[in-house]
Amino acid sequence: MKPFAYTAAADVPSAVNAALRSAPPRQDGVDDGALTLAPVQFLGGGTTLIDLMKLDVMRPTTLVDISRLDEPGLRSVQMSAEGLRIGALATMRQVADDAAVRRYYPVLSQSLWLAASQQIRNMAFVGGNVLQRTRCSYFRDTSWPCNKREPGSGCSALEGVNRWHAVLGTSEQCIASYPGDWATALVALDATVETVGPGGLRRFRFAELHRLPGSTPHIETQLQPGELITSFNVPAGPYTRRSLYLKVRDRASYEFALASAAVALQMDGATVREVRIGLGGPVAVPWRAREAEALLTGKVLNEASATEAARAAFAGARTREHNAFRVPLSQQTLVRALLQAQTMEMAA
Amino acid sequence: MAAKESSDIKSSRRRFLLTSAVSATLPVVGLAAGCAAPGGLRPDDPVPPVAIASLPPSAVLPLTLRVNGSEHRVQLDARTTLLDALREALRLAGSKKGCDHGQCGACTVLIDGERVLACLTLAAQAQGRAVTTIEGLATMRGTTVGDALHPMQQAFIDNDAFQCGYCTPGQIMSAVACVTEGRTANDTEIREYMSGNLCRCAAYPNIVAAIRQAAPQMKGAR
Repeated sequence: MKPFAYTAAADVPSAVNAALRSAPPRQDGVDDGALTLAPVQFLGGGTTLIDLMKLDVMRPTTLVDISRLDEPGLRSVQMSAEGLRIGALATMRQVADDAAVRRYYPVLSQSLWLAASQQIRNMAFVGGNVLQRTRCSYFRDTSWPCNKREPGSGCSALEGVNRWHAVLGTSEQCIASYPGDWATALVALDATVETVGPGGLRRFRFAELHRLPGSTPHIETQLQPGELITSFNVPAGPYTRRSLYLKVRDRASYEFALASAAVALQMDGATVREVRIGLGGPVAVPWRAREAEALLTGKVLNEASATEAARAAFAGARTREHNAFRVPLSQQTLVRALLQAQTMEMAA
Repeated sequence: MAAKESSDIKSSRRRFLLTSAVSATLPVVGLAAGCAAPGGLRPDDPVPPVAIASLPPSAVLPLTLRVNGSEHRVQLDARTTLLDALREALRLAGSKKGCDHGQCGACTVLIDGERVLACLTLAAQAQGRAVTTIEGLATMRGTTVGDALHPMQQAFIDNDAFQCGYCTPGQIMSAVACVTEGRTANDTEIREYMSGNLCRCAAYPNIVAAIRQAAPQMKGAR
């Protein structure tokens, strides 16, 4: 691990200031949006960052520890008629176990407790969770070329072992998959993000947080240096109670998704009044399946209509040597998730 | 007689381990504890010329760690994980280093009563918080001072819940938390909430049995 300076921030403004103060002016011509290569990193639970620093994949020169920040709202989950407000420094476990989330937004709770292990869920904050890095083995091993880690060096996964790689949202420069579950549920439910940064407070749609790899896979989000996620807002809707997260993996627990689906349904008898679908697994960024939603809306939900929607969701899939099986697997996962959500019994 | 011999062997093995840990640590005290971290040096690698002077100003941190009820003042390189601090600076070698990347659970300890991975926690992040390791478990119940085992430790012995024993401290710390979290309704729940602790010997059925045994006893002790 490279040496770094360690600063514990007392509050959000000082965390942002510390990050800006420590960031030297860019001389390498790398886009400012390349936060992942930035010399200053916020340290939350550390479950991604410390891991990647040990691997020499991330090499910050300054860590600004935000794990003890305790401003109002930063660690709480609040439910109102408008929806949920979840502080970025709530832990994964805290949100997974929250009674209101479990009852009224089950997909959010499930996406968290089906992820990682209880130890990691105790450590990791939901704000940092959405910024977790890909599990691409070429990204994690510095002996391989990787456009995400070293812009312009090439992508080893294109012709390599790419079973774990994405089929949706990829580019010729990068086929890494986004590994998170929570973000899949957030994108399905139209969440928004609040940040505090050099420009003050900012609020935008969660779906706009992550950037497609395109020709700049090292730029993963639209966050600017010194910008800190402070909360998520999830709007209320008649579909959030009939929602679930279905995750298919190589082993039953403590594993990343081979395929996953976050679905939320509002039914009118057998007919779909409203549906939200997020897809995880072989996706480059948290994925919203709008084509599938459009096909299902107003239709009778059954295996045939769900299958048709699932086909549409992966119409643009671009498979490689080892990951083609994830298209049918993902389609079947989505079909099962939809049919399972349809049969959910709503408690009063 | 046989018992006495075996306990002598155990204590001398422990002494040997501690002594070698100390001698391995001494040359780098105050220098770069991070050197001991994996991904770091192999025996044949040249030692990089890293000295305090060339590090960023706050790279060596004065920390107060509260472990098993005792306070320890230490000076540690900012890179030092809680796991390395426990094992090398505080000579508490009970917490084990398995993968050192948050994938195996061997380093599981409690911070403020919640289970976490010591290998992905910087020592600086544990400053001032209550850390409990396997060494602190026997007295955690507030029983009389001595070697009375925690019910979970006893249950692991009773159920033969290990073979090589390397993952056991992490398994036990995780199991204690699994019970206090109330995640022992049935075997499926126990397995789900213990999935962060891998056992290459595959003692899983016996670990589940041990947790089933200890859970009601722990409730009684509380």
